Amino acid sequence: MKKEKLQSLHKRDSELAKANKQLEFLSNGIFENGDLPKFAEKIQETGNFPLKPKKLEILQINVGYMCNQVCSHCHVDAGPDRKEIMTWETMEQCLDVIKNTGAHTLDLTGGAPEMNPNFRRFVEEASKAGIKDFIVRSNLTIIRANKKYYDLPEFFKKHNVHVVSSMPHWTRGKTDKQRGDGVFDKSIKALQELNAVGYGMPDSDLRLDLVYNPSGAFLPSNQQSMENDFKNALMEDFGIQFHNLFAITNLPIARFLDYLIASENYEDYMYQLVDAYNPAAVENVMCTNTISISWDGWLYDCDFNQMLGLKVASKVKHIKDYNEDVLNDRNIIISQHCYGCTAGAGSSCQGSVAE
Amino acid sequence: MSNYYDSKDLRKFGDITEWSEELGEKFFDYYGKVFEDGALTAREKSLIALAVAHTEQCPYCIDAYTKDALQRGITKAEMMEAIHAGAAIKGGASLVHGVMMMNKVNKLDG
Repeated sequence: MKKEKLQSLHKRDSELAKANKQLEFLSNGIFENGDLPKFAEKIQETGNFPLKPKKLEILQINVGYMCNQVCSHCHVDAGPDRKEIMTWETMEQCLDVIKNTGAHTLDLTGGAPEMNPNFRRFVEEASKAGIKDFIVRSNLTIIRANKKYYDLPEFFKKHNVHVVSSMPHWTRGKTDKQRGDGVFDKSIKALQELNAVGYGMPDSDLRLDLVYNPSGAFLPSNQQSMENDFKNALMEDFGIQFHNLFAITNLPIARFLDYLIASENYEDYMYQLVDAYNPAAVENVMCTNTISISWDGWLYDCDFNQMLGLKVASKVKHIKDYNEDVLNDRNIIISQHCYGCTAGAGSSCQGSVAE
Repeated sequence: MSNYYDSKDLRKFGDITEWSEELGEKFFDYYGKVFEDGALTAREKSLIALAVAHTEQCPYCIDAYTKDALQRGITKAEMMEAIHAGAAIKGGASLVHGVMMMNKVNKLDG
């Protein structure tokens, strides 16, 4: 049987393409009838309410939702049909902030950030700001998608970019099931090309990290043991090396929420998340040290809140009015999706956050 | 009792402690310790648990350890081989009693 090609929720005109519909769903049913506590109630029990920011460490900028892939669990609902792309004008506003921020990490994400027509110009300018850790979240296949992207490994190297890439499994079947046919082979080729210019080598300063997120309705296992398994398998099968693996939990929003509902796994998955609630993870959850900036310059507590349209609860809501001190004095907006970041060892764009 | 098994009951496993706190807690402490990394890795133990779940034909255990295997990145091929190992022992355990039958036949009718 030929698998139907996946489209974004937006392309399908799905009700779940609307953020308010997702938020409504996440507040109804098992959370409305009291079977499970709402996230606010749960963190109240452990003395973490209201959730407040700590020192800002990471500026995460989403430069657009366009992507060459349509992965089944994408929380951005990214795809080739998405036209939301950051303009140069907004990038300039971001650059002003980057030059003055107290954050030590700049994290560019998408979509496929490389598909933004001003991506290279932006990286060139941003790299001059002297930020300690400059991350680009590259989906790997973009490097092999078109001749104009073939030199990306060299470009990343030139600007000392820290490459972070998704890789759901070390086997073809599991990877292609989640990310699309042919993604595994292209990703392997791209990783080999990154290795060839020095990325991911044991003593190299050219950082190459991989992101693992489960291929279905289950939580990630121990990050360190997954990293060992990935390292052994990718080295043995393809001679590939990388530095660290970040194990990330799928949050129940956008296409993953759609999948959970369609496969009748939603309730079980929410029970798993709530059962695995870990107060130690709440202490270090990424919204406490990150500001997420959308393609159109709005500010959010995290990339997930961005996709749910939940702008920061602050007088400063847009990059053009950016003020770190004012922003840091806010309450973080929460809902039931936040259980995804507090389950087990916790989850963030930098992987686990607790032992 | 309309159904003997309900998948939602697996979530209530911990509740057994409510009616016998000391024994329940001792069991879960022991259970947790057994599945930590030791002379065998937690991954190896997960595959043993999956195989035993099948030989015991316990729906709750099959549910739990299939999920556990997926979480650990264990492949379908590894999971199925583990079940075959359990099935082979289960089959062998039946068949090896054939020797008992043969001994009896030989004694009665040899």
